[in-house]
Order: sequence, then structure tokens, then C-alpha cells
Amino acid sequence: MQRGTREYAIWSIGILLILTFSLFPVLWIVSLSLKDPATITEGTNFGNTFIPQDITFDNYDALFQGGIDNSPFIKPLINSILIGLISTVIAIVLAAFAAYAIARLDFPGKSLILAGALALAIFPAISTVGPLFDMWRALGLYDTYPGLIIPYLAFALPLAIYVLVAFFREIPWDLEQAAQVDGATPFQAFRKVIVPLAAPGVFTAAILVFIFAWNEFLFAISLTSSDASRTVPAALAFFTGESQFTEPTGNIAAAGVIVTVPIIIFVLIFQRRIVAGLTSGAVKG
Amino acid sequence: MSVATERVRRFRLFRGETERGREERRLGWMLCAPAVIAMLAVTAYPIGYAIVLSFQDLDLRFPEEGGFAGLSNYGAVLSSELWWQDLFNTAFVTVITVAVELVIGMAIALVMYRAIFGRGAVRVGVLVPYGIVTVVAAFAWQFAFLPDVGFVNKLPLIADDKAWFGDRFSAFAVIIMAEVWKTTPFIALLLLAGLTTIDDGLYEAARVDGANAVQRFFRITLPLMKPAILVALLFRTLDAFRVFDTIFIMTRGAQDTESVSILGFNQLISRLNLGLGSAVSVLIFFSVLIIAFIFIRGFGVRMAEGRPGR
Repeated sequence: MQRGTREYAIWSIGILLILTFSLFPVLWIVSLSLKDPATITEGTNFGNTFIPQDITFDNYDALFQGGIDNSPFIKPLINSILIGLISTVIAIVLAAFAAYAIARLDFPGKSLILAGALALAIFPAISTVGPLFDMWRALGLYDTYPGLIIPYLAFALPLAIYVLVAFFREIPWDLEQAAQVDGATPFQAFRKVIVPLAAPGVFTAAILVFIFAWNEFLFAISLTSSDASRTVPAALAFFTGESQFTEPTGNIAAAGVIVTVPIIIFVLIFQRRIVAGLTSGAVKG
Repeated sequence: MSVATERVRRFRLFRGETERGREERRLGWMLCAPAVIAMLAVTAYPIGYAIVLSFQDLDLRFPEEGGFAGLSNYGAVLSSELWWQDLFNTAFVTVITVAVELVIGMAIALVMYRAIFGRGAVRVGVLVPYGIVTVVAAFAWQFAFLPDVGFVNKLPLIADDKAWFGDRFSAFAVIIMAEVWKTTPFIALLLLAGLTTIDDGLYEAARVDGANAVQRFFRITLPLMKPAILVALLFRTLDAFRVFDTIFIMTRGAQDTESVSILGFNQLISRLNLGLGSAVSVLIFFSVLIIAFIFIRGFGVRMAEGRPGR
């Protein structure tokens, strides 16, 4: 009995520590976003600095003022959403084809492809920034959607392929064989039998790829020069205050909350899948 | 039934299998080709192009100058104090970040694995930092440590006017905290996956033999998790070595906090010196190769057990 209560207490403290560690910065940025820019520096102790004294939504209003042409935030937000979605769709389609072949078919070179994808996962993105910058300017892709979508989908492919291969290997292949016995071609068997079974894995991979693209910063500041294609992380780095004398702290915090909270909610709803995806086939004992 | 018909049957079987095999091979390659081409197009080709550029005297601000420069870009980079300082900074941040998050990640993984209750709550805690944009997390940590808007200086025992970003190593401290916070979830999940592969019977046997929790951890958990830990270390080390977002947001490399990725970015994009910048890029690429080589040869990490992710 004694031992039970002690263990209970230890785990409670452990869980509390983990939650504090992970939620503190999030609560802090929410708090900053709700503060009045005029009094944001007036906190005197931890309590009245961490907890906003009078709540205002001015920081959020400011982000959306001036419509799409003058707002510093609306266009980057649209860019982030579209670039993220397009990269995700293309990456998942390409990865699904490759993962199906790797999980299902026997052909020379497939272990090479897996090894290559793994090598790409450790590839330093900065090493490709210069060449892509030069190539994109020559090809007219600099500061355009495709200019970001191409590197995003390519760098997301290893992750997507690994997650999908792990999921595809779990699929009961007898069903596919049954379909082939009934006269379906390998491609029909893929489309009509495997795709529905694979949907959960595909969805998981899609979430992970979208989060990667949503989060990406280096390409976003290197391969863009204007709001034509700049995504939110890049735009945040260039935020300026409303006047020369005001820091954009509150606005950055508000923008940060807007791009963060939906993703967190999404991640929490699909937490089991994401954990499965992040660790799928991770380590074989 | 004669021997002849049996031969024909066998022959048909044989031919049928090779045909199917050939078809399967062709389908496999066809399905993989788009992904492989996309991956090569943004890595292999650009790194080759970077090597070509690194031998050129190519500064876009002075486009009329230029031409083949031989190894002079590499000479300029390798003889500059900045490169070595930035390499030190990057290695410093990488080693501390990965060491700290390995310990915290292991603690979180153990709590998640052994949790009697609240497993869901811990998973929430672990996934929140993963879901946050790195740039936003960097701003959150930076604002927390700023003397005017932040709350850290208002804590007891910390001077109210401490300028965290005015000094190299206090700036590194904040940078490392933000990096650890953001990336510990990934390592915790990888370690948790490793933990679940350990046979519970071993713990029972050790308990019967009188081993306490600490002994069980060091004699059973750690040795059996060595492969999982090494793979996690390899991936996190190489990921941490690319550190860019957090430093760019917090200091832009001021107070000598520049990482090699920031140096590359400054040369390539801010100064448009594609020759020098490409030499930096290629050197970073080879640094990563060397780190991977050390892990694989030195520690015997089996890459095949790893997986991409961040």
C-alpha cells in the first residue's frame, strides 16, 4: 500500500514536470499576444509579467488590417497553407507509389532507394541553398510557389516513404492476391484493394509532411524575396513594428499563436497516429 | 503423362515466372522513379552544382568579374577565423543540445513507458513542442529572456537587467534551451519505441535476484537500448548540426553565436557570394559525412535501423 502511494506521487510529479516543460512556452506566447503593446514592458514581477493584466485583441486585429495587400500576415498565411497543402499532396502521391513498390514488389535497387532516402534525411539543406538560389533565378522559379514546393516535397519524401513502407508492410496482402486471382492487374489490385487499406497510413504521413513544410524556414527565407511566396515563418522574421519606435513583439506573438494553435489541436486529435508515424519501424530490437 | 509434357509444364512455369518477375521489376522501377528523381533533383544535382560553384570566383554583386578560381575559395574559408569559430559554435551547440535532450528524453520515455496513469497527458506534453513552428518557439524563448518584455529576469535570483543576448555564452544558453525544448519529443518517442522492445521478463528476473531500480536501469535497460540510443543520437546529432532557425531569430549570429549554416546563408543569400558560399556549403556537407562516418564506423550504428524524421 505504502509503495503504491509513493509511486503514484512520483509519477504525478513526473507528469506535472513534463507538462510544465512542454506547455510553458506556449502559454507564454499566448499571454504575450493578449497584452496591450503600450504596456507590454511594464511587468514588475513574474506573476504580472507572465499573466496579462488587461487582455486585448489589438495584436490580432493589427495582423489583418489593410486587407490582403497591406496586411503583413494575410498573404504569408495563404502562402503557407497553399504551399504546405500542395507539397503534401505531391509528396504523398510520389511516396505512396515508391513505398508500395518497396513494401510489395521484388526488384533490384530497392534497398538502395531506402538507403538513399535515409541519406537524404541527414542531408544538410544549407548545402543546396546556393545552387537552388542560382538555378531558380535562371529558371524563373525564384520567389514562386514551385520554387518552395519542389525542395519541400523532395526533402519530405524520405520521411513519407519510411512511414508508408512501415504501414504498407502491415497490410494483409492476401487480399491483394485474392484480387489478382480474380483477374485484377497488379495496378488494379493496388488501386482498389490496397489504397483503402492504406488510407490511415497515408493520412499519418500526410500530417507529418504538412507539419514539415509548415515549419520550414531556411528555404523560405533563401528562395523568396517578397510576399508573393514568403511563408509565415519567413514573414515573421521580417515583421516590423507599426512605427519605428514600437517593437512588433505582440504582433509576432499573435501571428505565432495563429499558426501554432491549429497545428497543436490537430496533433492532439491525431496523437496516436502521429506517435505511430514518428516511430514506425523506428528501431528493431 | 510423359516426361515431355512434364518438361513443357516446367518450362511454362519457368517462363511464366520470369515474365512476371520482369513485369514486377519494371513496375517497381516505374513506381519509384518519380520519387527518386525528385530526391536526386534537389540533392545530388545541387550538391554537384555547389562543388562546381565552389571552384568559381562568383560574386553576384560583381557579375563582370569571375572565372575559375581553383581552390582559392576553400583556402579563404579554411584560413578564416570565422569558419573555425562557427564550426566550434555549431559543434558546441550540437554536443550540449544532444547530451541534454538525451537525458531528458530518456526520462520522459521512462515516464511514458512505466506510467501507471496519465499516459495520454504525457503524450500531449511530448507532442506540443513537436507541433510548434521552430521560428515561433525561438521567438517565445527569446521574448521570455528579453529584459523588457520577458519574465525570466523577474524571477528571483536573476538580475533584472541581465542582457542574455549581449554575451556569447548566455546567448548560447538560451539558444540551447529552445533547441532542447523543441527537439526532445522526437528523441523521447524514439527511445520509447526502443524501450517497448525490451522483454519484461528480464526485469522480473532481475527483481527476483534483488536488483534495485537503478541497477535494473544500468544493467538491463541501457545495454539493451544501446542500438536505439545510437540511432537516435546519430539522427539528432546531424539534425542539431544544421542548427539555423533558432540562432537566426535570436541573434542572427551576433555576439559570435554564428553557426556554420548561418555563415553559409550569409555568404550565399545576404552577400550573394556564390563562390565562397558554395565552398562553405560543400564543407558543411563533408562535415556531415564525417560525423555520419564516425557514428557508423566508430560506434557501429546500423543506419538501416534508423529512419528519417525530426
